[in-house]
Order: sequence, then structure tokens, then C-alpha cells
Amino acid sequence: MITRNKVYNFALNQTTLLLFAALFVIFGSLAPRFLSPSSFQGILYASSTLGIMAVGITLVLLTGGIDLSLGSNMYLTGVFGHLLLNVVEVPVWIAIPGALMVGLAYGALNAVLVTRLKIVPFVATLGTLLMGRGLGLVITRSISIDFPDSLTGLRNVAFLGIRLPVMVMLAVMLLFHFVLTRTQFGRQMYAVGNNGEAAAKAGLRTTRIVAGAYVLCGLLASLAGVVAMTRLGRFNPNFAAGDELFAIAAAVLGGASLFGGIGVILPGTLLGALMIPMVRSGLVFVGVDIYRERMVMFAIVFLAVFIDSIRKEQMEKRERRTIMKVDVEGESR
Amino acid sequence: MSPFLRFSTINKSFGGIHALRDVSLEIEGGVIVGLVGENGAGKSTLMNVLGGVLEPDSGEIHIEGTSYAPQSPRDATRWGVAFIHQELNLFTNLTVAENLFIDGFPTLPGLPFVDRRRVRRETEDALHSVQLEIAPGTRVETLSPGQRQLIEIVKALRRDARLIVFDEPTTSLTSKETEKLFGIIRGLKAAGKTIIFISHILNDVEELADFIVVLRDGQVQGHGPIGEFPINRMISLMVGRDIRNLYPERSAHDPGPVLLSVEKVSQPGIVRDIDLVVRSGEIVGVFGLMGSGRTELARIIFGLDPQRSGQIRLKDRTLSPGQIRERIEAGMAFVTEERREEGLVMDLSVQSNLVLVTLRSFLTRFGGLTKPGLIAMESEKIVEQLRIKTAGAGTTPVKSLSGGNQQKTVIGKWLLSRPDILILDEPTRGVDVGAKYEVHAIVQKLAENGAGVLMISSELDELIGTADRIVVMSRGELTGEFPRDSYEKELILAAAFRQSVVMSEETGAGGAV
Ligand SMILES: Nc1ncnc2c1ncn2[C@@H]1O[C@H](COP(=O)(O)OP(=O)(O)OP(=O)(O)O)[C@@H](O)[C@H]1O
Ligand SMILES: [Mg+2]
Repeated sequence: MITRNKVYNFALNQTTLLLFAALFVIFGSLAPRFLSPSSFQGILYASSTLGIMAVGITLVLLTGGIDLSLGSNMYLTGVFGHLLLNVVEVPVWIAIPGALMVGLAYGALNAVLVTRLKIVPFVATLGTLLMGRGLGLVITRSISIDFPDSLTGLRNVAFLGIRLPVMVMLAVMLLFHFVLTRTQFGRQMYAVGNNGEAAAKAGLRTTRIVAGAYVLCGLLASLAGVVAMTRLGRFNPNFAAGDELFAIAAAVLGGASLFGGIGVILPGTLLGALMIPMVRSGLVFVGVDIYRERMVMFAIVFLAVFIDSIRKEQMEKRERRTIMKVDVEGESR
Repeated sequence: MSPFLRFSTINKSFGGIHALRDVSLEIEGGVIVGLVGENGAGKSTLMNVLGGVLEPDSGEIHIEGTSYAPQSPRDATRWGVAFIHQELNLFTNLTVAENLFIDGFPTLPGLPFVDRRRVRRETEDALHSVQLEIAPGTRVETLSPGQRQLIEIVKALRRDARLIVFDEPTTSLTSKETEKLFGIIRGLKAAGKTIIFISHILNDVEELADFIVVLRDGQVQGHGPIGEFPINRMISLMVGRDIRNLYPERSAHDPGPVLLSVEKVSQPGIVRDIDLVVRSGEIVGVFGLMGSGRTELARIIFGLDPQRSGQIRLKDRTLSPGQIRERIEAGMAFVTEERREEGLVMDLSVQSNLVLVTLRSFLTRFGGLTKPGLIAMESEKIVEQLRIKTAGAGTTPVKSLSGGNQQKTVIGKWLLSRPDILILDEPTRGVDVGAKYEVHAIVQKLAENGAGVLMISSELDELIGTADRIVVMSRGELTGEFPRDSYEKELILAAAFRQSVVMSEETGAGGAV
């Protein structure tokens, strides 16, 4: 029998899919061109940077933390990429790993602030957000920078019709999907996010696990920075500013919980990362004034966070329940 | 020869509180040690030191003559010390199998990936060894508290420990599960393991232990073979004075008008056709096995859970289902069973928690400012009455209290609200004998002043000692009602077991209906 309760529970647990389907249907019926293959390709391509960032954020959210510094991390990555490519003039295959070191260091700094100095993640990463952009501006003197073709040419590399940025995103998602579902480190991240104190008592190296999440998030952010540089070809002092909020939104839309311990990369974060450019391009197709776009975006983000907290409440309720059936079996066994 | 385990002059302080003072103790291998003491005596602290959770300020531990100073729970595990904590430490978002292996998964040869098949198989074996029929892939959040507790135990046993600490393991177990656990513990002893067993249910300790250690205020008050420690000696050492009666005297008297009436309340799958009244001045006991629906009934009465049909009336007001505020305002109070999760704001002080529900009565007439003096006075009274052990009620966050003292705080909070109808769900579980007496004394005083009390307990002796009338629940139905002059243990138990006893004898197949 299908009860209202069951429908409600299904809706709560499958929010991501339902939202995804709803956006699809709404935009599809309002603007049939939205459903064309080229529109899908555009959305996929547009999601590549965001998708990589969202994977990093998902890791941090799983441990119960948050990282607000992704945009600045990407900017600083760009600055170093510029120094390596345009000033030192090293080849691309050296410049990219070199720039990624920025992300690694950035993540490591966040990790130290959060796990060693025990600063609340929100405050710690807000600090590094301001610091990172500040440092970048000092180095560049806030000029705009163009990247050489050796880098921007990469965006046109394609395999089986899939362009390199999209491939990188999918590879990152696949990799971290396996890390989270199949490795000890991955499972322990879920444990730490669910109950940090219990994790410590169970002998898990909680500090290392949490630190690992921030470092990986930093690394992924700078990878996203490289991908964005490749796609855009130039960058200005506002490069990626505020993008971390969309990455967080993507992760939460994908089902990751701000309360820790819940979230999956596939399909969750992938769908979440697709939804944001989907809304953007959908609104364009429908002809909504671009100044309204932000309001719609934030309404959606708000919805995602709202659903997350309802779900959390529901789960707590369920956890307390000692359903008669279960116990009756327990008694009679 | 050196003893198996030796504590030498262990000290541990938390700010102002000296939780352990010069604890020296020797424990032989292969025995079951019962560790008893009042709430806040330092039992969990001592075991946390042993388990590598806390570092002592001074003192040493030796295991089989070798110096042992664990820096972390991991170290303790390596030394063969397993610890089943007072509170559950499972990850509800993971499966049973993952919970067992979370600190070290077997991996596929040459790969970083978890060997899921092996995890599944070994989990099945481990669950099988304690006759727990749960699929390894079940998420912990779907399990009952008792099942979770058993998983916790399986988890500790899997590590092949030499010394196993059980810190109040039976608080969320059904009687069947408790028996099962005792069987397991005896089996471990037979296999040569050393067991430390902490409990406030002294009958259990007496039944199980070979050796007794009594702690009071962080000091060892006495230790020796069980033969030298009859229960009343344990109690007097624990509380530092003699306690003649476990419960305050309850004499028969005439109850007043009906305060609470529950009429034909049903919720499919939970409770069926419940009819119940509680009168002014009356203490009604609800007896039933865990899972009989008693907690669910209490939650429905308090409006926490939905009801499909029936009516609940408080005085002459019909209560709308699910309206908790309405009930609190009408004078209803509910001490929940899951006190830690439901009843407390862990980071707030004891005092703030105590006045949480009654805050309104502490406001000045103008402007809604609080009266700190009055709050301090009233909460001090409760702290004293219930003997809540805290470094300072105004400043100590509740989360640093011992398990039992946290429970007392929740009870205190509702007592302070001077309710007309007080519902208590297992009010004294995990609470020491001295405080148990105090809780009952306060409840009786409330009743004398005209309140009606509905008290759920799975300790029949406690209900017989304190209730004016006992109603029995089984499988979501009321199966018996006993006025004070016709209390008979066998009859009450028979009513509680009704279906399961009869069924299992007749069918021989475990009696699932
Ligand atoms: N982390 C902490 N911070 C501050 N005080 C603490 C902390 N842990 C324990 N205490 C204090 O140490 C004392 C001993 O606590 P402990 O938990 O060992 O008691 P217990 O004997 O286990 O009691 P119970 O039977 O209630 O579980 C208590 O007064 C408690 O408030
Ligand atoms: Mg304790």
C-alpha cells in the first residue's frame, strides 16, 4: 500500500533525482530547444569546473566541515599558472602540476588551521578566502591576464566527442566515487562525519582523515582553477570569486548534508553540479532577465539546504524509534 | 607473580573535580570484576584511563607486570584491551559490517579497495557467534537500541581482547538480550578473558561477578571476592551510609479526581485500544517488556508521536494530537527514556538545562528579564536533592557530567516544573541506588501535592515498591491491571509475557505473531 508517508519519505530521500527531473520537465516544456543535444553538451561543458570543485566540497562536507576558500584558491592557482607560463615560460606540462601545488599548499593550510589550531572550519576557511585573494592581488597588481594558446588549446582536445574539461571532471568523479565507496579512507570519512567522538574512541586517526579531506579539497579546487583557465583563456581579479558557494550548493543539491556523514559523488554530486548550469541555461532559453537569474539560483540553493535540514530532522526521529515489530522479534527469539 | 592488571596511585582531575584519587588496585586474570559506585564516582573515568581515552595526571598501570601507558584507544586495542562504552559509539550512517571493520578493513590483494566479500563473511560469522540474526548490510540507523548495543559488543569481541570492559552494557537491552549478554560474558570468562563489568543493577553484578570493587568520590572504598560483598555492603560502601530501604515507604491512600484519561487510543502497528486513567495523587506504574509499546504510548500521550484514533484528555481539556506545547502549558511533563539525546542541551550548563522548561516562571513581570538569583536558588535545591555531582551548576556544561548525573539533570528539569501530570519513562535506569531513592521520594511528594504520575519501568520490584496501581502492556495492548493490594509478581509477569510465553510453548517456534 502506498501511504502518504511513504511518498513523503521517498521524496525526502530522492530529492536530488526529483529536483533534477523537475528542472528537466519544466525547462523542457517551456523551451523545447533546451532539450537539444547541443544544449546538453553545453550544460555538461559548463559544469566541468563546478563539478570538480563540488567533489572537493563533498569530501569536506562528509567530515562535517566546510570550505569557503575554493574561489581564492583557484585565483591563486591562476596567478601561479600565469607566473610559470608567462613569466618563467615553462612548458604547459610543467606549469600545470606546478600550479596544482598551490592548491595542495592551500588545502594543507586549511587542514592545519582546522585540525591543529582547532579553528572552526567556517572561520578558518573564511580567513584563507580573504588571505588568498589578497596575496594574488598583491602579486598581479590586479591586472587581467591572458594565457598562451599552449594552455587554452587543451579545451578543444576531445575524445569520442567529449571535451577534455568534461573528461577531467568525469575522471575525478569516478576516482572519488571509488575512494568513498570502496576504500578504508573513504568509509572512515563517513564515520568521522557521523560521530567524531566515537570515531576517535574506535581508534580512527580522525585528525588525519579530516586533514585529508581539506588537502584533497584544496587540490581539487586548484585543478578546477586550471580547467577554468583553460576554458576562459584569461582571468581578472574577480576570477572564481564566490564560486565556492555554487560548489557548496551543487554538493548539497546532490544530497550531501551540511551536517556531515551523508553524500555520494555518483550520482549525487554529479547531478548537483549539472543542475546549476542547467538552471542557468534554462533561464536563458526561457528568456528570463539575467538579473533575475541570481534570485532563482538562490531560491534553489535555499530549497536544497531546507530539504537537507528536514531530512536531518526526519532521520533523527527515525533513529529514536523503537518500532514494535523489531522488538517483538527480539523478544520472541 | 605479578597480578594480571595493576593500577598504582592513579590520579585524574577535571578542572575543579578530582575524579580519581590515588586509585590502587590489583586484578587477577580470568575473573569477572564488578565495578560499582555512585553516579560520578569515577568508574567511567578509570576505565577511560585504562582504555587510552584519557591520560591520567599521575600513576601507572601494569598489565602482567609490564608497564602499560596507552596514548590512544588504538594503543589499548593493540594491548588487547577492549572497551564497550557507556554510550553507544556506532556510526548510524554505515552498515553493521562497516561498523565492525571501520578501524581496519581487509583489502583486496595488491589493491587499496576493501574486500567486501570477506567483510561480509566475517561479519556474518561474528554475528552468528552471538546468535544475532541481522544482515551485515543493514544500516545501523534502522536497528533497535538493544540490537545496537549487541553490535557494539560484537565489535569489541572481534578484536580478540584479553581484557574486556563493559560500562553499563545492559541499560538498553531487553531481558532476553541481557540474558544473552550474560551468557556471552560467562563464555568469555571460560575462555580465560578478564572482564570488568560496571552496572547500577546490583543484582546483575551479584549474579555475574567473582570480585567486587567499590568506588566512591574517586577512591577505592573496598574490594574483594563477591562472597564478602552482599548487596547491602556494596550499597553502604557506595553511598557512605546505610540505606535501609531501596524505595521510600508508600502507603495506600485515596486518589482524587481523574487528571489524565486515555480513551481507545490506537496507532496501527504501535498500540491498540488503550484505555487508561491517572488520578490526582496517584502513581500509576506501567510494566512491560522492552518493545511492548510502553514508550510509544508515553510518546503518543505527550504528543510526540501520531495517533490514528482515540482521545486523550487532561483535566477537562481534550488534547489535540501532536500538540506538545499545549500539553506543557496544561501541566504535563515527560521524562524520556533516551535522556541524553532528547532531554539535554549538552553544551549548556547544568543550571540552564534545569530551568529550560520553566524559564517563563523565572521572568520578571516587566520586560521578560530573568531572575538569576531565583534560578540559582531553585536549581541548587534540585542539584542537592538529586545529588547531581557537578563542579558548579552555573558553569559546568552538561556534557562533562557522568552518564548518571546527566540523567538526573533531565529528571530535575521536569521536577522543577511542578507538573500536574508527570510521565516518567525508565526514570532510574543508570541512576545509582541513593539517587533512585531520592527520585522516588520527590515523585511521591509531587503526588501528595496532587499531581498524577505515570511511571514506566522494566524493573518490576521498583514498581511494586512505589506504584499505587500497575498496568501491564504487551505487544501494544494493555493486558492487565493490578491495584496495590493485589500485587503478585508471577501474575504481573504472566500478563507481560502473555502472548510470547503461551505462543512459544505451544508452537515451539519462537512465537512470532
Ligand atoms: N570530560 C570531563 N570534563 C569534566 N569533568 C568530567 C569529565 N569526565 C568526567 N568528569 C567528572 O568526573 C567525575 C567522574 O565521572 P565518571 O564519568 O567517571 O563517573 P561514573 O562513575 O562513570 O558515573 P555514572 O555511574 O554516572 O556513569 C564526575 O564528577 C564527572 O562530572
Ligand atoms: Mg559512567
